[in-house]
Amino acid sequence: MSYEFHRFFYLLIAVVATAAVVAVSALILIYLERKVAGHVQRRPGPFEVGPHGVLQTVADALKLMGKQPFRPDGADRLLFWLAPILAFAPALPLLLPIPFGPVLTGLEVNLGLILILAFSGINALALCMAGWGSNNKWALLGAARAVAQSVGYEIPLLMSVLSVAFMTGTLNLSKIVAYQGPWPWHWNIFTQPLAFLIYFVCAVAETNRAPFDLPEAESELTAGFHTEYSGMGFGLFFLAEYTNMLVVCSVATALFLGGWQAPFLPGFWWFLIKIYLLLLIIIWFRWTFPRLRFDQLLNLNWKWLLPLGLANLMGTALLMKIF
Amino acid sequence: MDSVNRIRDDVAGLWSLVKGLKVTGTCFARDQVTVHYPRAQVDNLRTFRGPIELVESPDDPRRPRCIACMTCAGVCPHGCITVVRKKPAKMEKGTEKGGGSDKGEAKKKARKGPATFTYDYTRCCLCGFCVENCPVRSIRFSSRGYLAGIDKGAFVFDLLEKFGEEERSQKPEPGVTSPATAG
Ligand code: SF4
Ligand code: SF4
Repeated sequence: MSYEFHRFFYLLIAVVATAAVVAVSALILIYLERKVAGHVQRRPGPFEVGPHGVLQTVADALKLMGKQPFRPDGADRLLFWLAPILAFAPALPLLLPIPFGPVLTGLEVNLGLILILAFSGINALALCMAGWGSNNKWALLGAARAVAQSVGYEIPLLMSVLSVAFMTGTLNLSKIVAYQGPWPWHWNIFTQPLAFLIYFVCAVAETNRAPFDLPEAESELTAGFHTEYSGMGFGLFFLAEYTNMLVVCSVATALFLGGWQAPFLPGFWWFLIKIYLLLLIIIWFRWTFPRLRFDQLLNLNWKWLLPLGLANLMGTALLMKIF
Repeated sequence: MDSVNRIRDDVAGLWSLVKGLKVTGTCFARDQVTVHYPRAQVDNLRTFRGPIELVESPDDPRRPRCIACMTCAGVCPHGCITVVRKKPAKMEKGTEKGGGSDKGEAKKKARKGPATFTYDYTRCCLCGFCVENCPVRSIRFSSRGYLAGIDKGAFVFDLLEKFGEEERSQKPEPGVTSPATAG
């Protein structure tokens, strides 16, 4: 067997495994979200399907798959159907360069970080297409918000990521993880706490999660960009949201929390634990904070995150130069 | 100075976010306050405004107070209530309107009342007009909070049922009723 064939086979397995990870974690995350929502509001959450409602998401997924795909009159056929696919499709390349364990990386690339940042930009495009193609005023408003928000928050996100890249001198996620040590004081969050904070806020905003869920603000825009979607069209957007959460948390873990590096347990489990802790925090945010107004959202970005990110980047560059 | 104040405000705002997380976090750890329906039911349903029911007569709990005056049927904005007057007893034929009848005692016994009293809960808005306007206070809201059914017909009630003649033995429980017995 030639080397190319080996590579191809390896990549194929990686893609299939990633798809499986995405599907399973979406099921787990949606269940977690509803359970956390329930308990925060002091009610049981899903309870009827399976013990403690663990099969509720499976039932919902089957329901979504069974529904008729429906396109409203006057909607752009191509854009309308392309949007949910485009929202979900980048999920696989996004997860490939992430080091889940010491040797568990789907695609070892030098520019893994750039790959992730580039592909995550497609999400905004997908939301824009969904809003534009739906022929619906709420969807259009949601799309406009999505674009303004994504464009704004991508800049401080990049800056926080860059300051880590400055420190480690590489854009390869595996190398960034290897640069950190097993104990918390070896992690990048210890040297770059501000960058982590900025990254986390921007990540929540980039994934359109509450309190930054303006593109789909239920109370103002019905459902925002996915107002007209039902069945699997909506399902794909839903899946994309949770996959994006998974991606931003994985990147945060690799960049700031030492990735799979930690004592005692094998690396893979530590990576999962760290990701799920971050995901739980994001879910916790959703059920705590009220949605921002649009001007507050942009003010937070342009008046706080951007200057702070810039200052942090400059400071890091200066310190790297001196020492 | 203004901008310094504004920055201080924003930092204080940041602290309020942490407080918010603490509030939801403690709520998450506490016990549930909702009643988990099929497994448990609330017991304080006395103030619940459920479908209306007829009140027992004070001197004969087997009969309703209702004198079949039709007021409730008239005031109900949705026409939920249908009352049919009881026919006077046969022996009193012709003396219906006569005031001074010699069978005064019998007349008293065969007092006015409804022959049927049907109530369509599917159309009732629970406005309470019937309750307020009944001259003898014969209607009240029941506390049947757990009413459920899969058939619209199950919600058209015969309100005289609970004063059942002997053959109608099943009495709907006030409070908990299955759809089968509700109809
Ligand atoms: S509560 Fe209102 S709607 Fe219902 S039966 Fe009485 S008068 Fe009619
Ligand atoms: S319930 Fe009251 S208002 Fe209705 S017919 Fe009987 S006496 Fe009249």
